Amino acid sequence: MAVLTYREALNDALREEMERDDSIFIIGEEVGEYDGAYKVTKGLLEQFGEWRVRDAPIAELGFAGLGVGAAMAGLRPIVEFMTWNFALLAIDEVVNAAAKMFQMSGGQYNVPIVFRGPGGAALQLAAQHSQSPEPWYSYVPGLKVIAPATAKDAKGLLKSAVRDNDPVVFIESEIMYNLVRDEVPEEEYVTPIGKAEVKREGSDVTVVCHSKMVHQALAAARALEKEDIDVEVLDLRTVRPLDVDAVVASVKKTNRAVVAEEGWPMCNVGAQVVDDIQREAFDSLDAPVARVNGLDVPMPYAKNLEKLVTPNADHVAAAVRHVCYAD
Amino acid sequence: MSAANADRSTATVSDAPAAGAPAEGSGRDPDAFLGLSKEECVELLREMIIERRFEEKAAEVYQVGKIGGFCHLYIGQEAVSAGSISPLRDDDYVVTAYRDHAQAIARGMTPNAVMAELYGRADGCSKGFGGSMHMFDKTLNFMGGHGIVGSHLPLAVGVGYTIRYRGGDQVCLCFFGDSVVNIGAFHESMNMAARWKLPVIFLLENNRYGMGTDFRRVAAVKELKDRGRAYDGLTSLDVDGMDVLAVRQAVEEAIERGRNEKTPSFIEARCFRYMGHSMADPMHGTYRTREEVEKWRSDDPILSFTRQLMDAGRLTEEEYQAIDREAKEIAEESAAFADRSPFPDSDALYRYVYSDGYPDDMRRRDAWRKELR
Ligand SMILES: Cc1ncc(C[n+]2csc(CCOP(=O)(O)OP(=O)(O)O)c2C)c(N)n1
Ligand SMILES: [Mg+2]
Repeated sequence: MAVLTYREALNDALREEMERDDSIFIIGEEVGEYDGAYKVTKGLLEQFGEWRVRDAPIAELGFAGLGVGAAMAGLRPIVEFMTWNFALLAIDEVVNAAAKMFQMSGGQYNVPIVFRGPGGAALQLAAQHSQSPEPWYSYVPGLKVIAPATAKDAKGLLKSAVRDNDPVVFIESEIMYNLVRDEVPEEEYVTPIGKAEVKREGSDVTVVCHSKMVHQALAAARALEKEDIDVEVLDLRTVRPLDVDAVVASVKKTNRAVVAEEGWPMCNVGAQVVDDIQREAFDSLDAPVARVNGLDVPMPYAKNLEKLVTPNADHVAAAVRHVCYAD
Repeated sequence: MSAANADRSTATVSDAPAAGAPAEGSGRDPDAFLGLSKEECVELLREMIIERRFEEKAAEVYQVGKIGGFCHLYIGQEAVSAGSISPLRDDDYVVTAYRDHAQAIARGMTPNAVMAELYGRADGCSKGFGGSMHMFDKTLNFMGGHGIVGSHLPLAVGVGYTIRYRGGDQVCLCFFGDSVVNIGAFHESMNMAARWKLPVIFLLENNRYGMGTDFRRVAAVKELKDRGRAYDGLTSLDVDGMDVLAVRQAVEEAIERGRNEKTPSFIEARCFRYMGHSMADPMHGTYRTREEVEKWRSDDPILSFTRQLMDAGRLTEEEYQAIDREAKEIAEESAAFADRSPFPDSDALYRYVYSDGYPDDMRRRDAWRKELR
């Protein structure tokens, strides 16, 4: 196995899939000559040419809709948003077009498309460039929403997303592109959409999380070993569809749960997970479920304030102690 | 010479051509009929009459509650759909907005399937999931039926991209209304189609109003076709949208450009809707006068083409009557068919959300609805 960065794993996934299927093309700002704003598409223009790696004008609505139309006509587009912040200009095409086309056409036009790019806060990018888009898209039936935490999952899930016959929202992370690196199998593999994975087994508390917060949860779990609290870290990987079976199975084992994510608390993924837990595992709970989120404010620029807003491993550890009545 | 005259000013009520008169300055010999045979001309007329009678029937059954929701009728604009869709090949594509019944029929959908869709029945072209605004038929490359103003133009550009990607020589014909020239998606689409040479025909049906808003009140150009001038490689022109042959000639030329040079075209067809914006609206409302509506009705595309054909000895009164009778029967039969068609079964609810089945977690969140268990 090779150790790859999250970025390299994504790049490998794109290249392998494009080599496998010539109906796949990528469109987005700076994806070609510039090698990608975050270099995820590095080298692809050279290998595949401009019709398959298309530098787009800054027209998110337009090129997202172009992707939807191309998918309806039989291609398999990958639309890269430079970041998900800019995808707000295109949300009509994602929600009103891509997500609804299959049903609205009575099952005639499915839309095999991947919308991808980095989400979440990076470092001091301020309010308009620091937000977690998962809840906006996971609200919508017809979309699948993926937010992987490791290089291995990023590669396997992106390959699945590209092969999927429905629209997939694929949320990466500026921070993780370089910092996250792990072992990625050399041989061909795909990771199934809609399946959570236990990233660390434990018996006392389940921390349900995805994307960056998986790493905060793992750090918290290591810290809590000293306090004799055995934490299970459950990485959702896909937030729609959501692997409720995995959540329920874990909570039935540990009897306690913390739900952690980076974004705002209102109507977020965690709010849904808490509902799924109380509906399906109420009798197994020994304590109310605790939630860890970003604070409910637009992200400030100042370093100290950004740090205050952003949830970290200490917050997760505190929530774990809380549900164990150990604080 | 082109039927579409790029320099002709936008028609106003007072200079709308009189019924039956050839479009002024069209450069088209009115007796030549674009080289179409008598049968082809009669078929064009028949198409328009079928659309008209169908919409009249839809209005009638809407009033008695057979059709729900928004229902936007096409009466008055038939020359645009008939003239533009008739020269397409089967492997070309059509994308349109929500005023879409007539385009669907012109493309070859049966009036039965369209009416059943209006009724929300299982035999509708979208199996009752789309309704008036969302007609689809994949076998005809008829890609909807879209309800968000302007949002389907990027889709058409994506179809154009796919055609080029595969090295094909098809075109994508995209209909939209006058309000679209002011929305960002319009410009984003024109720009990409022109820059990458995509064979898309942007067909603006300028019926002068977006709901109750006269386009002149909200567009900072006098001539909507001028909105296309910003894009190199995009041919912009306008055409008398009440004249089926003028529309046909302009679109034929755009098809040639699309097939041969892969370049997009922007055609403004000046036309008029006789009815309110939707069935919920009165015929003229507060935003336009009865006189204006009457003026345009006197330039009716069906009447004028009928007269033109009769004057040229290509149609007899009896033939016209027979076509009209047949069109009424087709409309009647479509309503009867729709009435007989079953409602979609409730299992269908979960069938088309994802193509690989409805996820279990989602189904479990609906489990409180006992009737669905
Ligand atoms: C983005 C958006 N805004 C508003 C509406 C509501 N709406 C539906 S049709 C319409 C007017 C559109 O007029 P036009 O494009 O001229 O087409 P026409 O109805 O005349 O065929 C409006 C405002 C909508 N569907 N989508
Ligand atoms: Mg209009």
